[in-house]
Order: sequence, then C-alpha cells, then structure tokens
Amino acid sequence: MAQLLFFGKLGDLAGGRAREISLPGSKMTVAQLIATIDEEDTTLGSALRDASVRVFVNEKICPTDKVVADSDEIAFLPPVSGG
Amino acid sequence: MISVCETPFDPSEHISAFDKNADAAGAVVSFLGKVRGKAGADDVKGLHLEHYPGATEKSIQEIEDAARRRWAIDDILIIHRVGRLKPGEPIVLVCVSAAHRRDAFEAADFLMDFLKTKAMFWKKEIRNDSEDWIEPRQDDYKDAERWQWEE
Repeated sequence: MAQLLFFGKLGDLAGGRAREISLPGSKMTVAQLIATIDEEDTTLGSALRDASVRVFVNEKICPTDKVVADSDEIAFLPPVSGG
Repeated sequence: MISVCETPFDPSEHISAFDKNADAAGAVVSFLGKVRGKAGADDVKGLHLEHYPGATEKSIQEIEDAARRRWAIDDILIIHRVGRLKPGEPIVLVCVSAAHRRDAFEAADFLMDFLKTKAMFWKKEIRNDSEDWIEPRQDDYKDAERWQWEE
C-alpha cells in the first residue's frame, strides 16, 4: 500500500493526516493520483493541485509527472510556517 | 543539536547548558520565540503546530548547514515545539556560539528567517470561535530574501 500524507490545511480537508491507497503494478504519476482523488473529492483535489503545494515522494521533492509505486510515501505539503 | 519536541521546554536550562559547552567561544547569541497572547484584536487561545517527522529535522539540518557555510560558527542549538501550545509558551529556541559576536548575531537572524519560511512546520491559530492555518507574512518572506540562500 502507498501511504499518502496530508499536512496543515490539507489534513483538515482530507479528514485526516494519513491514508493508504493501493497502487499495485501502477504506472500512475502524482498528477494522475491527484486526478483520482479529485474524482471522489473535488475540494481536496483542487487544493492538492494548487501551485503552492509541494509533493514529496519518500521525503524527496518531486515534480507531478513522477511515477509512484505501491511502496511509496507520498506527502502533500502546503506552504510551511514555523518559528 | 536539533530537537523537535512535543512537550514544553525550559529555555533557561538549555541556554545555560549551551553556554557551559561554549568554552572557546567569544559570543553566544540566543533567540526565543514565544506564542503571542493576542493576534490583532482577537484573543488567541493557542497554537497547534504540525511537522513531518524525519523530513522536518532534515529541513532544519539544511538550514543549519547553510548557516555554517556562511559564518564561522562553533556550535548551534535549535529546539522547536510541535503539538498544542498555550500563549506565553516557547515555540522556538536558537542558540549560536562563535568566536566573534557579528557571526553569532547574523547566523541566529538567518536561522530564524529560514525556520519561519523553509523549515517543515505548519501552524494553526486557535481562537474561541475559529481555527485558522497561517502562512508566513509577506514580511517574513522579505526578511528571508535579505540573505542569498546558497545550496
């Protein structure tokens, strides 16, 4: 199972910080993954597509044409605010 | 040392220990960021801070490394709270020791600017009747732009 992580306001929109999704043998890109989320939840889908959201796959920043696998951790990060 | 902690910490304990270890330094600068009691006209009851365990520590390490490349620094301590914070509680402590004060002052300033805009934390303000995720203000980004970030 691939692990999806939603931080900050995205976690509120997703109704939780983590969710699992099955991607066995998939050639799905991050953009296509967002499109499948969008089919079920347009609000979350469009929030994930926002230009300010960065995608990290296995803790490394990735473009949305990155192909994701069933063992990946895929994190969606809205703008950060520490301190 | 970098520490992301879930429970309140006593800044004076950490500053004192940091100072004791800074035998060779001519300067120790510390900055303490706290939860403000009021934001605008509304009473803020508290903050909720979230992080991405592992990746957050890595993002702070990158900021520390950038400071070390830029200034002659002996040691750096960064402690950052996550979880639920009450007004008046410390959020972040940055300590820098160096041979000379200018290096220590500037490095502490640099570290804070990038902890605000580059470190992986997300912050929610909790009020009596609302909760809002907050993003850095334009001023925070301007502060960070004063430094040339070198990878």
